[in-house]
Amino acid sequence: MSWLKAFTQKKIFWPLVALAVLMCFNLFFTPNFFRVEIKDGHLYGNVIDIIKNAAPFMLLALGLTLVIATKGIDISVGSIVAISAGVCAMLLGGDLGGVPKHPIAFAMIVAVGVSVLAGMWNGMLVSRIGMQPIIATLILSVAGRGIAMVTTNAMIVWLYIKPFAIWGQGYLFGLPVSIFVVAGMFLITALATRRTALGLFIEAVGINPTAARFAGINAKNILFCVYAFSGLCAGMSGLIVCSTVMSADGNNAGLGYEMSAILAVVLGGTSLNGGKFYLMGSMVGALIVQTLTTTIYAFNVPPEIAKVVIAIVVLIVCLMQSINFRTMISSLFGRKVAA
Amino acid sequence: MAELAPIVEMKKIGKHFPGVRALSDVNFRLFPGEVHALMGQNGAGKSTLVKVLTGVYKQDAGEMLLEGKPIRPDSPLAAQKLGINTVYQEVNLCLNLSVAENVFIGKEPMKLGRIDWKTMNRRSVEILKRLNINVDVTRTLSTYSIAIQQMVAIARVLDSSSKVLILDEPTSSLDEGEVVQLFKVIRKLKADGMAILFITHFLDQTYEISDRITILKNGEFVGEYLAKDLPKLELVAKMLGKELSDFSTSPAAGASGAVKAEAKPAGAAVLQAKNLGRRGSIAPFDLELSSGEVLGLAGLLGSGRTETARLLFGIDTADQGETRIKGKKVSIGSPHTAMMNGIGFCSEDRKNEGIFAELSIRENMILALQARMGIFKYLSMKKQQELADKMIQAIGVKTPSASVEAKQLSGGNQQKVMLARWLLTDPSILILDEPTRGIDVGAKVEIMELVLNLSRKGLGVIFISSEFEEVLRCSSRVAVLKDKEKIAELRGESMTESGIMKTIAGGK
Repeated sequence: MSWLKAFTQKKIFWPLVALAVLMCFNLFFTPNFFRVEIKDGHLYGNVIDIIKNAAPFMLLALGLTLVIATKGIDISVGSIVAISAGVCAMLLGGDLGGVPKHPIAFAMIVAVGVSVLAGMWNGMLVSRIGMQPIIATLILSVAGRGIAMVTTNAMIVWLYIKPFAIWGQGYLFGLPVSIFVVAGMFLITALATRRTALGLFIEAVGINPTAARFAGINAKNILFCVYAFSGLCAGMSGLIVCSTVMSADGNNAGLGYEMSAILAVVLGGTSLNGGKFYLMGSMVGALIVQTLTTTIYAFNVPPEIAKVVIAIVVLIVCLMQSINFRTMISSLFGRKVAA
Repeated sequence: MAELAPIVEMKKIGKHFPGVRALSDVNFRLFPGEVHALMGQNGAGKSTLVKVLTGVYKQDAGEMLLEGKPIRPDSPLAAQKLGINTVYQEVNLCLNLSVAENVFIGKEPMKLGRIDWKTMNRRSVEILKRLNINVDVTRTLSTYSIAIQQMVAIARVLDSSSKVLILDEPTSSLDEGEVVQLFKVIRKLKADGMAILFITHFLDQTYEISDRITILKNGEFVGEYLAKDLPKLELVAKMLGKELSDFSTSPAAGASGAVKAEAKPAGAAVLQAKNLGRRGSIAPFDLELSSGEVLGLAGLLGSGRTETARLLFGIDTADQGETRIKGKKVSIGSPHTAMMNGIGFCSEDRKNEGIFAELSIRENMILALQARMGIFKYLSMKKQQELADKMIQAIGVKTPSASVEAKQLSGGNQQKVMLARWLLTDPSILILDEPTRGIDVGAKVEIMELVLNLSRKGLGVIFISSEFEEVLRCSSRVAVLKDKEKIAELRGESMTESGIMKTIAGGK
C-alpha cells in the first residue's frame, strides 16, 4: 500500500479526489449523467460535453499555470480570447456564401500571432518596466475589449465557413477535436518545461526572483516568455471559442474566462505565491470547474444561485488542499477520540 | 560642559526574543542640547534599543525615565505624544503631496470642518525657517532632493512639544553637500535644546556631529563616552569588542587557530578592477586578484564591502572604470555576464538572495550551472543527482539526501549549498560575502577551511567578513574599506587586527 500513500502525498491527489466526488455525486443524483451514446458517428453525452466545454479554459489554464508559477497573474486572457476571435473572424469574412476572404490557416495564424503580441506587451510591462502583473494585465484586460470591438467594427460577426467549424464542433475518432488541441498543447508545454531547464527556471524565479538573478538566471527573459506564452494559449482558446459558436463578439467572447482559468490553476495545486507548478493539476482543475457548472445546470439551478454554489465548492476544495486546515481538522478529530 | 540632568534615561534595559537575547542591562542617557551617537556592529542591539525607546517593543527588564518620570510607551504614537520622535532611514513621506501637506499630515489645522490651507502653508514656512530651509511649501515633495525630503521629515516631527529626536541613519542616501546641509539643521536643533540620538555607520560623521557616544556590542552595554575623550581607534576596538592591548603584538592567531592562510606566491591575475566605482554606492577603487589567492575585504558595517562585491558581480553596474578578467577587458552588466566570465557570488543575505527554500538541495546546487549551460542543454536527472551527491560528499553537507528541500537545512549547510552551486560552475573567481554569518562555530571553521582548500587548487577568492579575525585567517592580502571607499591594502606584517583598526581610525 506504500504506493497508495505516496499517491496521497502528490499534489494531484486532492484535485482528483474533488473531481471524483463530483462525479460520484452525479452518478447518483443526475440521471443519465454518464450515458454516452454514439450519434452521427461520434460520442455524445454529458461527459463529452464537459470535456468539450472545458477545452478553452484548459488552454488558458496552461498559459496561466506558468505565469502564476512566476508569482504573476494574467487577467487579460479573456480579452485576448475576444481579440483572437475577432481577428480570425474578420479575416475569414462574414459573408453568407461560405467562401473565406483569406485562407483559414492564414486567418488562424494571424489571430494567434496577434495574441502572442498581446502577451508580449504584457511581458514587456512586467519584465522590463517592472509593473505589477495585475496592473499590467488589467490594462490589456480593459483595452483588449476595446481592441476586439474595433476589430469587429463593434458588431457580432457571424461566420458561415463550414470547414472552420471543425475546431470547435468537429470530432476525431469520436472525440471533440478541441480536446486534441488541448492535449497537443499540454504535451508541448509539458515537454518544454520539464524536458528543458525552463520549468526549473520558472519555479526559481517564482520562489525568489532576486536569488534567481544572482544565480545567473535571466529572470526578465523568463518573465517575458511566460506572458507571451499565456498570450499564445489565449489566442488558441479564442479560435476554439470562435469556431464553437461560429461568431466573434468583441463584448462577450471570453468574458470572465480569466477567472475560471485562474481558479482551475489554483484548484490544481499551483500556489498564487509562485513556485512549484502542476500542469496536470491545472487540467484537472479546469475539469472540476466545468463539471461543477454542468452539474449545477443539470439541476436547473438559477444562474444567480449557481455562482454561490460554485463559490462554496471551490472554498471546500481549497480548504482541503490547505495543510493548516487539514492539521486543524485532524487535531479536532484527535481530540474527540481522546475525549 | 556642566552636567545637566538627562532628559531620557534608560536603565538596565533587557529584551528577549525567542531564542535571542537582543538586549541585556543596557544603559542609555540622552541630554538636552546634545547629539548622542549610538554605535555598534550588526546585531549589537542598536535598533532594538531605539524600538524600545519609541514604543515599538516593550522591554522585558529595566526602566525608562523621561525628565525623571518613568514612562512605558506602548506604541510609536504614544512615544510621539511624550515628545519622542523618530526620522527613519527610509524617509516615509508622501512624495505626491505638497511640502506643507507632508509637514502637517495627520494633524492638519482645521477650520469649519475643512483643512485650513492658509494656516497650514504659513506654519510650514515658519517651521522650515527654523531649520534654515527656504522652499516653496506648495510644490509637491518629489520635486525636491532627498536631503530636503529628509529635512521635511524632521520638520514634520518638530513642534513645541518635541524634546527628543531620533535620526536613524539619516545620511546613508545623501551626498556630501547634502550631509553638510543636514548637519547645519542638526546643530540648529541642538542649539535650541533638542536632545538628538544619531545612528550612523560613518565614523567620520560620528565625530563631526556628536558630543557623546554610547557603544553596544552583542546586545550588551560597552560604555558611554564623551566623543572628544574617545580616540577613533578605541571606538573601533570597542565596537568589535576588543581591548587595544589584546592584539598590539601578534598577528591574528585566533582562538581556534586551526585555519590559517599561508603566504604563497600569487598566480596570474584573474581579476583586475581599475578605477571601478558607482556614485552613491562605492568610490572608485583599484583591485587585483590572482588565482590561488584569497583577498579579504575588511571594514565596519556600511563601509562598502557588499557594494564592492555587488559591483564586481554586476548586480549594480559601474558608472566608471573598467574590469579585466584574465587580462581581457569585459563589461559586466548583470550577474549572468559575470557568471559567464567565471565569477561566482554568495550573497550575505542567504535567505532573500541565495537559497530557494522550496527547491530541493539538488535543484539549488545545479541552478547556476544550468543557467550557465542555458535552457536547452538540460542536465539529465541522473547527472543532476550525480553532481549533487558529489558536492554533498565533497563539502560535507549534512542531509539524508539531495532531494530534501533547502529550507530544512541549517544556516551552515545552506551556506555550503550556496558554495556548491558556484563550485559546480567551475569559476575562476569566487566572491563570498559574509559566508560565516549566522552559522555555528564548527561550521564557520569548516567553511573557512573549504575556502583555503579551494584557493590552494587555484581559485581566486574574495572573502568578506565583518569579523576581522576571520578575514585575517583566510586571506593572504586584505583590502580595508571605510565610509564607502577602499582606503588601503594590507599585506604581510601589517596584516593584524590592530593594523586594520588603525587604518580605519586613521582617516584618509
